[in-house]
Amino acid sequence: MTTRNLPMRGRPVYVIDGSRTPCLKARGVPGPFTASDLALRAAQPLLARQPFEPHEFDQVILGCAIPGPDEANIARVVALRAGCGKAVPAWTVQRNCGSGMQAIDSAARDIAAGRSGLVLAGGAEAMSHAPVLFNQAMVTWLGQWQRARRLSDRLRQLAQFRLSHLAPIIGLLRGLTDPTVGLIMGKTAEILAWRFGVSREEMDAFARQSHRRLAAAQAEGRLADEIEPLFDGGGEFYDHDNGVRPDVTLEKLAALKPVFDRDFGLVTAGNSSQVTDGAAWLILASEEAVKRYDLNVMGQIVDCTWAGLDPAQMGLGPVYASASLLQRQRLGMDQIDFWEINEAFAAQVLACLKALADETFCREELGLDHPLGEIGHDRLNVDGGAIAVGHPVGMSGARIVLHLLRILQQKQGDLGLATLCIGGGQGGAMLLKRV
Amino acid sequence: MTTYRHWRLETDGEGFAWLHFDHADASTNVLSSEALAELGELIDRFHRHLPRGLVILSAKSKGFIAGADVREFTRIENRRQALDLIQTAQRHFHRLERLPCPTIARIHGFCLGGGLELALACHYRVALEEPGTRLGVPEIRLGIHPGFGGSVRLIRRIGAPKAFEMMLSGRTIDARTARRLGLVDHAVPERHLDRACRHLLQHPPRRKRPAWWLRLSDTAPVRPLFAELLRRQVVKRAPPKHYPAPYALIDLWQRHGAGSDAMFEAEAESVADLILTETSRNLVRVFFLRERLKGHGRKDKTPFEQAHVIGAGVMGGDIAAWCSVQGLKVGIQDRAPEYVAPAVQRAWRLFARKFKRGHERTAAGDRFIPDPKSLQLGRADVVIEAIIENLEAKRNLFRDLESSVKSDALLATNTSSIPLEELAEALRQPERLVGLHFFNPVAKMQLVEVVRGVRTSEACAAKAAAFAHRIGKLPLPVRSAPGFLVNRVLMPYLMEAVIMLEEGVPAEAIDHAATDFGMPMGPILLADTVGLDICLAVADILSRQLGGEVPTLLREKVSAKQLGRKTGKGFYAYKRGKPVARKHAESPLPQEAIEERLILRLLNECVAVLGEKVVEDADLVDAGMIFGTGFAPFRGGPMHYLKKRGIEACLNRLEALTQRYGERFKPDKGWEGLKCVGQ
Repeated sequence: MTTRNLPMRGRPVYVIDGSRTPCLKARGVPGPFTASDLALRAAQPLLARQPFEPHEFDQVILGCAIPGPDEANIARVVALRAGCGKAVPAWTVQRNCGSGMQAIDSAARDIAAGRSGLVLAGGAEAMSHAPVLFNQAMVTWLGQWQRARRLSDRLRQLAQFRLSHLAPIIGLLRGLTDPTVGLIMGKTAEILAWRFGVSREEMDAFARQSHRRLAAAQAEGRLADEIEPLFDGGGEFYDHDNGVRPDVTLEKLAALKPVFDRDFGLVTAGNSSQVTDGAAWLILASEEAVKRYDLNVMGQIVDCTWAGLDPAQMGLGPVYASASLLQRQRLGMDQIDFWEINEAFAAQVLACLKALADETFCREELGLDHPLGEIGHDRLNVDGGAIAVGHPVGMSGARIVLHLLRILQQKQGDLGLATLCIGGGQGGAMLLKRV
Repeated sequence: MTTYRHWRLETDGEGFAWLHFDHADASTNVLSSEALAELGELIDRFHRHLPRGLVILSAKSKGFIAGADVREFTRIENRRQALDLIQTAQRHFHRLERLPCPTIARIHGFCLGGGLELALACHYRVALEEPGTRLGVPEIRLGIHPGFGGSVRLIRRIGAPKAFEMMLSGRTIDARTARRLGLVDHAVPERHLDRACRHLLQHPPRRKRPAWWLRLSDTAPVRPLFAELLRRQVVKRAPPKHYPAPYALIDLWQRHGAGSDAMFEAEAESVADLILTETSRNLVRVFFLRERLKGHGRKDKTPFEQAHVIGAGVMGGDIAAWCSVQGLKVGIQDRAPEYVAPAVQRAWRLFARKFKRGHERTAAGDRFIPDPKSLQLGRADVVIEAIIENLEAKRNLFRDLESSVKSDALLATNTSSIPLEELAEALRQPERLVGLHFFNPVAKMQLVEVVRGVRTSEACAAKAAAFAHRIGKLPLPVRSAPGFLVNRVLMPYLMEAVIMLEEGVPAEAIDHAATDFGMPMGPILLADTVGLDICLAVADILSRQLGGEVPTLLREKVSAKQLGRKTGKGFYAYKRGKPVARKHAESPLPQEAIEERLILRLLNECVAVLGEKVVEDADLVDAGMIFGTGFAPFRGGPMHYLKKRGIEACLNRLEALTQRYGERFKPDKGWEGLKCVGQ
């Protein structure tokens, strides 16, 4: 066994509370909240209901893939704005779609190792605020313009200007494109759909189920404890994930055109996760802290694994990460009561399910002598996923952990596994236990 | 070496003199005549033994100099005395200005009135760049204008347009604005304050002058034109009949111009005249009334950090937003998000108005926490209830929240009509409940009535006053009685106005009589602005508890859904939020009669309130009416006005009016007590 496959050791790590904002669908213009606004408003109610003061945290860790220009080390910005005080250190983690889960993992490790007792960790993303940048030619031209002092130089410089200099770089598209293989995330999903034979119908059915499940959870009020409402300066408020479409039909989904492989592709806006803004926080505590403040425990973080794979098939990340997690915890898939696999794309989740149950894949790719098994739909993303909720990149990892802990509580499950795929060819998986 | 009571002189190794102003027996520096006399001696001494340079600075943490000693104003008995005081100061400042070495005023915190005039007599000014630094000449608010040469030097320094803007409004500016106007030479953070002074002393630059086009306004041909323009602006805010000071200042400038030294002499003469006017005396009185109200808020030292407001209607939401502006964290709670959202919007608008710098605006927004789940309640130092005026609802609320709040949290209600005692019954510790009665619009109205019920403890009342003070409001302690002070006194005045409307007196004539008396807004327009539904509700409650009738016209308007400004029609019709008023409305009643009916009913109620001890004394009636309703400040308050007019004279008029119009003018029994005191 390699060192990579040693389970997390040390003191137990508890999650004692958590909250999130609703996920707000991006409407093509910057939304009403920046990533730090979102993180702040998710934190304020959470911190207010704790029996301890915000300055008693040992540290604050926030995952965020694309913080705004005013949010360098966004974790620190939010910690200060939320009143944690100058003495509480804060740092930001970036692992693309895994950022929120990375923040929790980092917090958990420090608690396990005895370096921290009480940590605020989460993820935030305002995808609608992703920057639009000048291109290289324009930046060069501006730099030269700054240096041109004399009128003649300036005129010469002016003559160099081309309209093409004004072509912007859309930060969000670049962020969602893998620079090493040159593929935008949607295309990696197309590759998986082709490799595992996932049909458009399967994808659309999965998408419809996601919307229906989320709508049901909303209608039953099962997200009310998890979500804190947001208020903008224009008199509007947001109290639910507003990308949900309770009445979406297979016909409507079938009518959508593929977005990434435009002519013959299968991946549409309808069966992909939504571009959204949101933030989620969890409070992690050591046993000592739980006793000291008499905290209610939601659950325990047992272990977390990270795996690497071919960037062009990044969507299979959950398979690699979960396999390694189950293996080192000596657990079978049937022992996991509930699963959250982040729905970056319906194609990708369905491909993961097929891969886990596929003997050849498990043998050749994971080195196992048997397939890992199947996950029944009654145990997977029971309240819908990112296709309906949205996928604020840096937030999602934290959101699925928070929600899975709630599911375990609500449905009296024992073990839960939250896992996601990560742009750039990685997977993350976190094992949770109800206490 | 002579020692001085108020000044400390230090000379450093480079030969620069640092003159620290540290007024004895005071936390703030004021230019008392004693301090001025010592300054005169010091300046004489500098003329004899010239230092290499001179820096004047304050040893007080609060600021440089807050102005002249207003207390001394009240001791001035005649013109001779006034002129003496002013001319002595002018002489000192002239000699300061003429020192041949570089001189600097090193300014932090308040630099007002005489303080700024002193700074202007220095060659250079260096100001601390912090929000607390405020420079200004607020003399106009005391019914005078700068008298220590300040009006001349300010115009010379920054040009007539900006100088008059400062002098006529009395508004203060911050260090950065002062730098932009050229009022100060440097606006720097604390770490550069001494460095900047030294640099100026070592390398004194040429003294700055305003731009040529600003200097142009001070030339003889332009002055009459500009002066006329200024008069037209002022007349809108302050009619010459009531407020002579601004016109006197404009006149003397027009005559002499700041370029000539004759303006110094004229300035002194003018202030000597003004300081003895009734207006100035009364405005000085208002100044002290304000100080007295502030004093109520200084007894308790609770460090408030977080407030919580329940009820996100206009009042509740605006109170919460104001707390946030004043640096408190505040939770704003209501039943569901949809009730909170409009309050957030209004708060954001307020923050945008109050804070120009992005990080300050963000911080104010961050402190303002929408809290539909009531999670912030337990963290608040003060909880303010502002839900609907319903006894049961309020009782239930207080019963529920008592166990969730901090044990030392102040419990307050913003009720205007429910007796505190009835609410307190719901509490296990009824002594904790106070009233904090705010006025609409919260951001503008300075007064907060701090209501003490029979069971309210002294400590809680003091704490409530301290809270009002902490958020920059003026606390007025009142007893829990119907309408407290302001609404109670205002209501008969408003009702009389409506009765006259019923009699066929045009609204315009009624409002004009009131504004001509010196009220900031006529009663009819005021009723429309407050909302006729609200007026009716208050009138109903008060008449139920105190007797009296509510005019039918008011009821008719409310049932016709003509509620005033907010519905576009009330007693006036509104076009784009502005009342459509006729210029010349024929009135069956002469203006004096209208005024008399309005004011005498108001006075009668003041006397009643005083007789019932709703507030402690007559001065507090005046303070409440001036800061709560804008009652003509130059008249010194209703009770002061009443005494000036004569108790007997007022009583006689009331009796005459009772004969003519009936019981509502019947003198309250409080007049008896008043007559005893008066004799």
